[in-house]
Amino acid sequence: MPAIVSSITRIVLPVLLALICGGVVLALLGKDPFAYYWYVIHRGLFSWTGFQATVVRMAPLLFLAAGLIVAFRAGLWNLGVDGQFLLAAAIVAALAPELNGLIPRPLNFILCFGIAALVGASWSLIPAYLKANYGINEIITSLMMTFLGINLANVLIKIPFNDPNTTVPQTATLPVEDRLARIADTVIHEGVILGLVMVLLVHFMMTRTAFGLQLQTVGANPRTAVHAGLNVKLLTYATFCLSAALAGMAGAVEVLGVWGNVRADWNPAYGLLVIPLVFLARFNGFGTIAFVWFFAVLMIGGESAARRLGVPTYFVLVLVSLLLLFLAIVEYLDHRWRKGRV
Amino acid sequence: MSYEDHKSTVARGANAIELLDISKSFASVLANRNITLGLRSGEIHALLGENGAGKSTLISILAGLQQPDSGSIRVGGRETRIDSPRHSLDLGIGIVFQHVVLAPTLSVIENLMLGRSWRERFERSSALNRFHELVETVNFNLDPEAPVSSLSLGQRQQVEIMRALWRGHEKVLVLDEPTSMLTPQGVVELGEVMRHLRDRGVALLFVTHKLKEAYQLCDRVTVLRQGEVAGEVEVKDRDVDSEERVVNSVVRMMFDQSAIGQLTGQRFAQAEHDNASTNQDRKTDKTNVRLRASGLVTVAEPGECPLRSVSFEMIEGEIFGVAGIDGNGQKHLAEAISGQRKLQRGELYLGAESISQMSGKSRRQRGIRYLTDDRMGEGILAEYAIATNLVLKGIGEPPFWSRGITFWKKIYAHARDLIQRHDVRTPTEKTPIGRLSGGNIQKALFARELTNDAAIVVYNKPTYGLDIQNIELARGRIKAGAERGVSTLLISTELDELLGLSDRIGVMYRGEMVGILDNKPGIEETLGRLMTGLEIKPQVTEASPQAG
Repeated sequence: MPAIVSSITRIVLPVLLALICGGVVLALLGKDPFAYYWYVIHRGLFSWTGFQATVVRMAPLLFLAAGLIVAFRAGLWNLGVDGQFLLAAAIVAALAPELNGLIPRPLNFILCFGIAALVGASWSLIPAYLKANYGINEIITSLMMTFLGINLANVLIKIPFNDPNTTVPQTATLPVEDRLARIADTVIHEGVILGLVMVLLVHFMMTRTAFGLQLQTVGANPRTAVHAGLNVKLLTYATFCLSAALAGMAGAVEVLGVWGNVRADWNPAYGLLVIPLVFLARFNGFGTIAFVWFFAVLMIGGESAARRLGVPTYFVLVLVSLLLLFLAIVEYLDHRWRKGRV
Repeated sequence: MSYEDHKSTVARGANAIELLDISKSFASVLANRNITLGLRSGEIHALLGENGAGKSTLISILAGLQQPDSGSIRVGGRETRIDSPRHSLDLGIGIVFQHVVLAPTLSVIENLMLGRSWRERFERSSALNRFHELVETVNFNLDPEAPVSSLSLGQRQQVEIMRALWRGHEKVLVLDEPTSMLTPQGVVELGEVMRHLRDRGVALLFVTHKLKEAYQLCDRVTVLRQGEVAGEVEVKDRDVDSEERVVNSVVRMMFDQSAIGQLTGQRFAQAEHDNASTNQDRKTDKTNVRLRASGLVTVAEPGECPLRSVSFEMIEGEIFGVAGIDGNGQKHLAEAISGQRKLQRGELYLGAESISQMSGKSRRQRGIRYLTDDRMGEGILAEYAIATNLVLKGIGEPPFWSRGITFWKKIYAHARDLIQRHDVRTPTEKTPIGRLSGGNIQKALFARELTNDAAIVVYNKPTYGLDIQNIELARGRIKAGAERGVSTLLISTELDELLGLSDRIGVMYRGEMVGILDNKPGIEETLGRLMTGLEIKPQVTEASPQAG
């Protein structure tokens, strides 16, 4: 029981501290922190449209989180998720309207998700190859691949995939009725459920399968993995491909579920936002879902509050970074406290 | 001397550092109970005890890593609370830890320069001066610019000793199991260094579980048992009588009355040689070759000694000892056989089947096992449960996995069974293995490797860092395995161990097997000459190139 209490405290306390500290910053900016937070909660959670928007926003974040859990658990820093995401999104956005009407809708979705996964995975092959064969730091290579991916996506959208019928450079648009189906009378699409399933599957894979334990072994101590006879090279490729495939599918779900197209220069950079959340949850699937939800509330509510109160949208990021900071501090103090007590 | 007398003597002073009535417990385990210990300047003090006797805890307290629950510490007569490692250093306490804690990517000199205040300038030239000065006092042969990753474990330990002495004002030097990685020659050299420091007035604490070394190197021996001081003996004249007397009384302090029968002092002489004859009996009726290695060659990695053509055969149930000074290719040999390292050239046969190109996993399935010497570095996942570690080499295999799905209940049950059978002391099977003592981790690794279908087991320094009881236990297991027909490759730097267990002994020198001897009384000298490269047996013709 005390263990549960302490682990709850370890999460709730930093959240509270981050909110208080963020409030002080708002007050210093001359904004009313209570109004801001109220808008965030109200718009992100308690209003029906806001709530739906929050849930919809969760879809790509969940896919990305699933991909990051795989990579981080295996000790590989796939920071290239944004490139994998955007490239897959651009290609799916070009493909889906083309195929639409030619093949049945479900088949179109399956095909698009599959291609998105392949595109994402292929964009991770170079970092995987360099890591597996030469031990080159994947943080750097995957991040560089992100820049290449983002720019390549832009080139694709502006030249070959450009829809001539619009003035802004963007891909052709998938009609609203041909996008992922809505659930009941809401604007929430099926992709959210798919995202939840993905996170849970990944969680199951990591905790209940041989493959998951192999990945964890590599992540915890690569030398032990070699000693235990694991094929670390192959596992490195598998991890990267799986992680990047999920990132690619995140791009697909955003295009097929929400936008229907991709505009040039569109880059939500969700990946970098999700990374801290996955860490906060300590790679636990359920924890990740909770944090993604919390963050989606902040994002949606924050956008709305930003418009009302004139606080920049980016303030949400300030809150998240404060949260990370306080989490680290609380963790450190907890560690000190335990050490002192034992 | 009674314990009360001992306490009053300690309290009377003349000590560089005194621990008075120190107690420390972890969760429900009492690691130290009312320990009183005085370290005198100019004296080498041995702290002797089994694994789990509380030695490590005591060192942590001296290092400022742990705080005692009760009791007090006096440094130079003044009561002090050592509240951080830095404070410990400031007080003049230098500590050489058992597990080397150097930055492998930095050079020797850079490692030595670490740990100074950020305000000080990073001056290489003055550091080099200090280095040469210190190297002269301790008589080490080290290259200050060599990256630590390229050094052998023994050399790394020398760097650790230098680091502990780096500041130059050390009044107390604590050495935690310093000989576990050293060759016999290295131990002698370490002894010289210790005596030298003693003569300069340093108080040395030599923490060990090797009675013989404690006797040979130290002036005073304190025995810890189950967290308490079991007694203290002063070593005066080193003659045969006194050795017998000291050894007997220490053994009595270390173990309960019941254990004394098996562990008399004579085991520290060469009584184990008697075993050799029984070993000979064991193998007579079995002559089929189990493993044949011919011309094994591996590629050197920086700082490692590769194999430069190693050939030998092992028959069923044989214990084939591999002697050699640490860092002469033993590790590559073990890894080449287990499949962890690729062969550049050469052939390995298991019976009639060539296994040269086979993966480690397939070799394991064919009964080849490898008990690594690098327990912490590659043997275990320290933060994972014992149960997980016990199945680490068979991930995905039945009965614990089926179609890739893990059956944790079976894994835990399996772990409970092995923990009981191998007497691993742990709270539960879910305890992170890194929290166990070295001896218990090794027991767990024995449990992992020595399953029923083991046919060939490679042991790399299997008793390194273990206490007497666990050493006996490990040796017993190795022997029992061989009696069941396991062909055993026993790599060790402890000659006593090899002479006591092996049927034949091969000697590694600079990556070559320079000689293979039948284990008979009187081979020590030849072994020693082979190990140091003074002699090369005629059957090996290839000249040994310069070691890298």
